[in-house]
Amino acid sequence: MGYKAKFRVWRGEAGEGALEDFVVEVNEGEVVLDVIHRLQATQAPDLAVRWNCKAGKCGSCSMEINGKPRLGCMARMSTFTEEETITVTPMRTFPVIKDLVTDVSFNYEKAREIPSFTPPKGVAPGEYRMQQVDVERSQEFRKCIECFMCNNVCHVIRDHEENKQAFAGPRFLMRIAELDMHPYDVEDRQNSAQDEHGLGYCNITKCCTEVCPEHIKITDNALIPMKERVVDRRYDPLVWLGNKIFRRTKEKTPKA
Amino acid sequence: MDIERHEYDVVVIGAGGAGLRAAIEARQQGKRTAIVCKSLFGKAHTVMAEGGAAAAMGNVNPSDNWKVHFRDTMRGGKFLNNWRMAELHAQESPDRVWELEAWGALFDRTKDGKISQRNFGGHEYPRLAHVGDRTGLELIRTLQQRVVALQQEDEKLHGDPEAYIKVFAECTITRLLKDDSPGHGPHGAIAGAFGYWRENGRFIRFDAPAVVLATGGIGKSYTVTSNSWEYTGDGHALALLAGASLINMEFIQFHPTGMVWPPSVRGILVTESVRGDGGVLRNSAGERFMFNYIPDVFKDKYATTEEEGDRWYTDQANNRRPPELLPRDEVARAINSEVKAGRGSPQGGVFLDVSTRLPAAEIVKRLPSMHHQFKELADVDITKEPMQVGPTCHYIMGGVEVDPDTQASSVPGLFAAGEVGGGLHGSNRLGGNSLSDLLVFGRRAGLGAASYVDGLSDRPEAAAGDLRAAEAEALAPLDRTGGENPYTVHHELQQSMNSLVGIIRKAEEITEALEVIEKLKHRAANAGSPGTRIYNPGWHLALDLRNMLLVSECVAKAALLREESRGGHTRDDYPGMSSDWRRKLLVCSLDDAGAVEIEEQVQLPLRPDLRDLFDLAELEKYYTEAELAEGGATTVKEA
Repeated sequence: MGYKAKFRVWRGEAGEGALEDFVVEVNEGEVVLDVIHRLQATQAPDLAVRWNCKAGKCGSCSMEINGKPRLGCMARMSTFTEEETITVTPMRTFPVIKDLVTDVSFNYEKAREIPSFTPPKGVAPGEYRMQQVDVERSQEFRKCIECFMCNNVCHVIRDHEENKQAFAGPRFLMRIAELDMHPYDVEDRQNSAQDEHGLGYCNITKCCTEVCPEHIKITDNALIPMKERVVDRRYDPLVWLGNKIFRRTKEKTPKA
Repeated sequence: MDIERHEYDVVVIGAGGAGLRAAIEARQQGKRTAIVCKSLFGKAHTVMAEGGAAAAMGNVNPSDNWKVHFRDTMRGGKFLNNWRMAELHAQESPDRVWELEAWGALFDRTKDGKISQRNFGGHEYPRLAHVGDRTGLELIRTLQQRVVALQQEDEKLHGDPEAYIKVFAECTITRLLKDDSPGHGPHGAIAGAFGYWRENGRFIRFDAPAVVLATGGIGKSYTVTSNSWEYTGDGHALALLAGASLINMEFIQFHPTGMVWPPSVRGILVTESVRGDGGVLRNSAGERFMFNYIPDVFKDKYATTEEEGDRWYTDQANNRRPPELLPRDEVARAINSEVKAGRGSPQGGVFLDVSTRLPAAEIVKRLPSMHHQFKELADVDITKEPMQVGPTCHYIMGGVEVDPDTQASSVPGLFAAGEVGGGLHGSNRLGGNSLSDLLVFGRRAGLGAASYVDGLSDRPEAAAGDLRAAEAEALAPLDRTGGENPYTVHHELQQSMNSLVGIIRKAEEITEALEVIEKLKHRAANAGSPGTRIYNPGWHLALDLRNMLLVSECVAKAALLREESRGGHTRDDYPGMSSDWRRKLLVCSLDDAGAVEIEEQVQLPLRPDLRDLFDLAELEKYYTEAELAEGGATTVKEA
């Protein structure tokens, strides 16, 4: 096929920049990231973009294409018309470093705030026994490639810098759910999800699920069940009474 | 501009499986450890590993044990492997996999709740611990989360999460720094590393007595490759420039099944699990052609009829494996021959079909990423139609020559683990042996570096002149206005390596490639990068060119010298395997003028107890008569 496409790419450093127009060749089977690479090789050698695997497995090339968060490597040119101008901008929720590259350190800070996997004492490596059906729930969340598009699109922080402190974002609330559903994890994660990581801010609009390139059902399978667990823990009168009487506080009951 | 300066005990370059495992070990040994990586934390090439980690846990077939794994690894590498590394690897892999589980990894399970294991090319029993077809992601995420767990521990103990282990992401090392003062022996000693932050282009200097290279491979010197932009042979080149040597550089694994269409994704990997789980290869005539390509050395281990091959999936005790599961070098060559003979698929590959072999739901469950990848990138539904696949540059068996137990190179303080290390895989790596390699030798490199640091009486110091030279070298492309376009130079290098030192080689073509490399070296030295120091990919590429050209020169020179065909090195003009060449390794180093020179080195003979694990009849296929005589009549039947 081969045609000249109209691209409009955000270029600039730190806060300063503007959309720049390009006309660039497109060949059969290409994706947006290929076209960005052609721009680098032929017109704009210093055009900044992150990428690694080019196969939708590493989550590096997150960008906004015509305003929609996408992986550049999975956005096929054949889904656009030849006349269309394709606008490519950096993720909006994170500060821009240059062009399409943003400062995603917010995500790494949040990752470190979630207490790590905590197995019960006395289980030696090699002794773990789990059924497939029991690991599948957490496995779904471990498919996450950390493209951070769910956090980028989440309206709690997309236009609300002030919420970033208190809110871990869908990616890391899902990490809490993953650990809570891990057959061997003994840490109490339900209170902290609500009190420390901002689960209550989520009002299940499912924007995160819609953009997830791995098709993880973040809202239905991670966030809503987590909210239900918190509700059970906090507002079920019998559980409340049990907690008072038995002073059950820190650890949840080991499941395995 | 001031250079940012940091002091550490151990600096690990690379944050894939090997780098992270090395860093975790160094920190667990109480060493202050830096992890320096070109990409963001958690994005390294390990995420692309699909099939699994080979470890003889015996969960699926209890007959499996380290000796069987050792034998398979040696056979896969056509007996050129460093046998001590192959032994350690086979023995320690199970512990390394189990340890991941204790750090939170969730592998697929057997019915009795253990880690499930799948079949793979060259492995006698189901051996690969896996998570669907995204095992590499699980591995890197688990190690990443282990680093975070250690940081959380340090925060509690010291009030600073980065007190003992810190990640320097999007930071590229361009030179290793050494102390060449007389007290440090003939090779000098490692004193640190120099590099730049991608984000702002500022320089950074590490003062550290031990450096672990874990930079992966060299695939970006080829056009059709499964490798990402990071794979520019940085560690290989840094080691050479620091005075260390590389071995086995002529051996490059072309994975038999890469995507062939559309052109922009050509080379992207199609996991071997497709074949492990029942997928078959067919040519344009619909023939399962692999039955015509079973080499003599593997004759009695593979099925000779489709019926037997198909029965093997359910009854391994009474049937032999289908030849689709031969080691990767054999399958890649076979596909290449079929296409050349005009029996290829319309898009220039062969057909890989799982759609007629497994129910659709089962395919989606076992091969979710492949299903997704083909649907999204090629409009192919693999549950309904075959894929089209062909060989792609995937892995380099060659790497830094290291001590098998400690991963120490010949330069004191310099260690290497994972793909950048050489020896374990011999002339061809078995699928699944890479992830276990990363874990086993990542840990050993971390231990080796820690104990090296413990044994030092004083810390080496970098020579000031070297630092200034490193700065000047890094800045040069930015100062060259109107210089050569680095993207063009890179493109030409890839084309030459792909067509002249690819899967099938001959002397004239390799010689031509060496001439091209010489010319490109001059052009690369004149490459210019417009723009600022802030996140400038053109500048970064101009700096990476030096490394790609150096490793390409090693590959081509070694390929020209080795006059035989073995594993990942096939010479059209020397099609046979030669027992004389099996004993010899080709060792690359730099001469005083900075050119690659190569020496032959004789392999250490296999230790007698390991040798006894093989039938004499099998060894006869690989060994010279003199070697067989040396070994005496100590032959024992296979267990």
